[in-house]
Amino acid sequence: MKKYSFYVMLLIGFSALLSSCGNQGDGQSSNGALSSSTAEKAYVAPGEHDEFYAFISGGYSGNITVYGLPSGRMFKEIPVFSQFPTSGYGYSEETKPMLNTSFGFVPWDDSHHPDISQTNGELDGRWIFINGNNTPRIARVSLSTFETEEIIELPNSAGNHSSSFVTENSEYVVAGTRFSVPIPQRDMPINEYKGNFKGSLSFVSVAPDNGRMNLEFQIIMPGFNYDLAHPGRGKSHGWFFFTTYNTEEANTLMEVNSSQNDKDFIAAINWKKVEEYVKNGGGTKIPAEYAHNVYDEHTHTATSTMKKEVLTVNPLDVPGAVFFLPTPKSPHGCDVDPSGQYIIGNGKLSADLTVHSFDKMIAAIEGEKFDGEAYGIPILKFEDVLAGVVKSGGLGPLHTEFDGKGNAYTTFFISSEVVKWKLGTWEVLDRQPTFYSVGHLMIPGGNSAKPFGKYVVALNKITKDRYLPTGPEMEHSAQIYDISGDKMELIYDFPTHGEPHYAAGIPADLLAPKSKKIYRLDENKHPYAVLTPSDAKVTREGNEVHVYMSTIRSHFTPDNIEGVKVGDKVYFHITNHEQDFDVPHGFSMIGQNTSELLVMPGQTKTSLWEPKKPGVWPFYCTDFCSALHQEMQGYVRVSPAGSNVPLTYTLGE
Amino acid sequence: MKIAIRSLAIIFSLLLLSCGGKEEKKKAGFSVDRTKATEKPAETAPAIDATPASARIDLSNKGVGPITEITLDSEIDEALAKSGEEVYNQMCLACHRVGKKFIGPAPDGILERRSPEWVMNMILNPEGMVKEDALAKDLLMEFNGAPMANQGLTEEQARSVLEFFRTLK
Repeated sequence: MKKYSFYVMLLIGFSALLSSCGNQGDGQSSNGALSSSTAEKAYVAPGEHDEFYAFISGGYSGNITVYGLPSGRMFKEIPVFSQFPTSGYGYSEETKPMLNTSFGFVPWDDSHHPDISQTNGELDGRWIFINGNNTPRIARVSLSTFETEEIIELPNSAGNHSSSFVTENSEYVVAGTRFSVPIPQRDMPINEYKGNFKGSLSFVSVAPDNGRMNLEFQIIMPGFNYDLAHPGRGKSHGWFFFTTYNTEEANTLMEVNSSQNDKDFIAAINWKKVEEYVKNGGGTKIPAEYAHNVYDEHTHTATSTMKKEVLTVNPLDVPGAVFFLPTPKSPHGCDVDPSGQYIIGNGKLSADLTVHSFDKMIAAIEGEKFDGEAYGIPILKFEDVLAGVVKSGGLGPLHTEFDGKGNAYTTFFISSEVVKWKLGTWEVLDRQPTFYSVGHLMIPGGNSAKPFGKYVVALNKITKDRYLPTGPEMEHSAQIYDISGDKMELIYDFPTHGEPHYAAGIPADLLAPKSKKIYRLDENKHPYAVLTPSDAKVTREGNEVHVYMSTIRSHFTPDNIEGVKVGDKVYFHITNHEQDFDVPHGFSMIGQNTSELLVMPGQTKTSLWEPKKPGVWPFYCTDFCSALHQEMQGYVRVSPAGSNVPLTYTLGE
Repeated sequence: MKIAIRSLAIIFSLLLLSCGGKEEKKKAGFSVDRTKATEKPAETAPAIDATPASARIDLSNKGVGPITEITLDSEIDEALAKSGEEVYNQMCLACHRVGKKFIGPAPDGILERRSPEWVMNMILNPEGMVKEDALAKDLLMEFNGAPMANQGLTEEQARSVLEFFRTLK
């Protein structure tokens, strides 16, 4: 009987295998199902590591999620623009300043386009940048600690969408505005948009040694919508390309009114020229207000500084720096191939892809073959700069990535597919369906001079029936295709978190070896750190009580505190004395109006508690830290306001 | 099937045992179960050394880890001991207090009971020690299963802590 059921199971399993292979329906199954080892291609055995890291933007989660490729396993969510109770980011006293803006504390944003820092056009794995779309900001995340280290706000910008893309040597991380707005902001009628609103393109420098960002200049462009961007590379290094839409300058019913023109533009910016102009004293400083927030790895503390002015550049003052390339029709993605020769505009209302040639563009500029101008900016002739057109037959092209082997991969939103085509001949080589309505796609390094063309990940907008239903809201689906062969092969399908827009991938061996394991206690410069448990103490300054507390498996020092009163502001400064990888301790206090803290080994974090009721109130460690984790707890005695209970703190007495 | 039931029983009795240790002052009806539970390990683990692991003397055991042989000068290196005290205060004090059983055993007099190699291996390789060294294993049980944390000391730091221990009488 047992044997019989074993064979039945085997048979069922085997036929399931056969039928699942059959479902591929890609017409390449002529070798039979047995030779197709699709599952194996995405399978990373327990204990084994993935080949690539994928950093996927969280969209309205405001964060970045980290996945492995090809397994699709999620490793981490990195809090960037949003409060994150899991770690206390944006709740702890040290990290609240990270979310400060000129509008005050903004606990959330919409993160879109991560981009990894580059050296000589290749991924160098030092930092990853990502834009906040809603309240315009750029964040820099360390790829050794996987923590957000810096956030800079962008004045004169609104809907920071064509961001955050880095130049070939990470000289700049760039941010173009989606909305044009009055610059400077002022009270004026909306319908006077045309000719009065402006669009800013911000160039933020990145310090080569520590990555610190500084807003160097803003180019104040005509009032179009600046949608997406990518830097030139190789021969086109020194240029930046931005797609535009709404060259109609409409201010209402945009889905009709900004789709009138047959062609919009790709704006080509010679940033080296503008940089030189600025270095020679060019540009106009105007008043502005924007926050610059920096997290210090040694004090474990962020500071927020409000900046007061910004340098603006009128493109007409820098001849030869800014040109418009006519591109059909409301182009969205703006992608540059690894050689820097081709600039691809994905006209989302066009069926075809438009490929511009950098060499032709330079020749047209030198020959001064212009087709008019827009607000004084020369418009090049479409035919003069056109390298080719990809006639794919797909609908709604959005974004293109490259495999480094002469092929490009473009997503089509409306027809839900990825189309592979050849650079130079523009011929379509393959197409695969996505599930469903794909937005961005990502090949590790796929928008750098050196892509790692083994997998492409399609990041979809709609999930529908791909997974078990979870009520009206579903996490977005992503598909992984193996692109090492001539044809793309769908190998895995996994849910993502939030709404992924763009993503950035990098080989694991460029990051894993330098991933930080602990913070060294002897390098901890936090002003409230306790570096030895004998320094643990509780002090009072008026109604402020500071608890200098240390943790190790599995106790708090001190764990009994008396003399706290209703109306006090109690700051728990927790230093984790562990020096071992992956041994955080947590801290939570009953009734506290904030989140827990998760304190990494060697780190100090601070949590504020304002006790409201007399009593004896417990706190405990939230992270299962050892066999005695459940014993890791303590009490604070809270007395009525004005009582005389002396301040004491003890452990084991 | 029989094996499964038996191991379930063992797990259950271990569970009871681990609860039992904490409830000395309670007089409620659990005492019956506790008596039952404590009998079992006595059968399965005979020949337990009655001396607590912390009081046992074993100067020949060098432990498991990177340190195989060290020789101590007859003179104490005061400068080294001083820097060892600093490391101790930062990295060890949370659990080890001089002259007092705390989370772990007191460090004074340790070299009368343990070899210097064993002490350094315990500092440098606590995970390996509690798995492979019988004495370290017994110590873990004696100290309520609170594991010695690996504080990531360098060999030099561990050596300095050892020198500091030599100054404790």
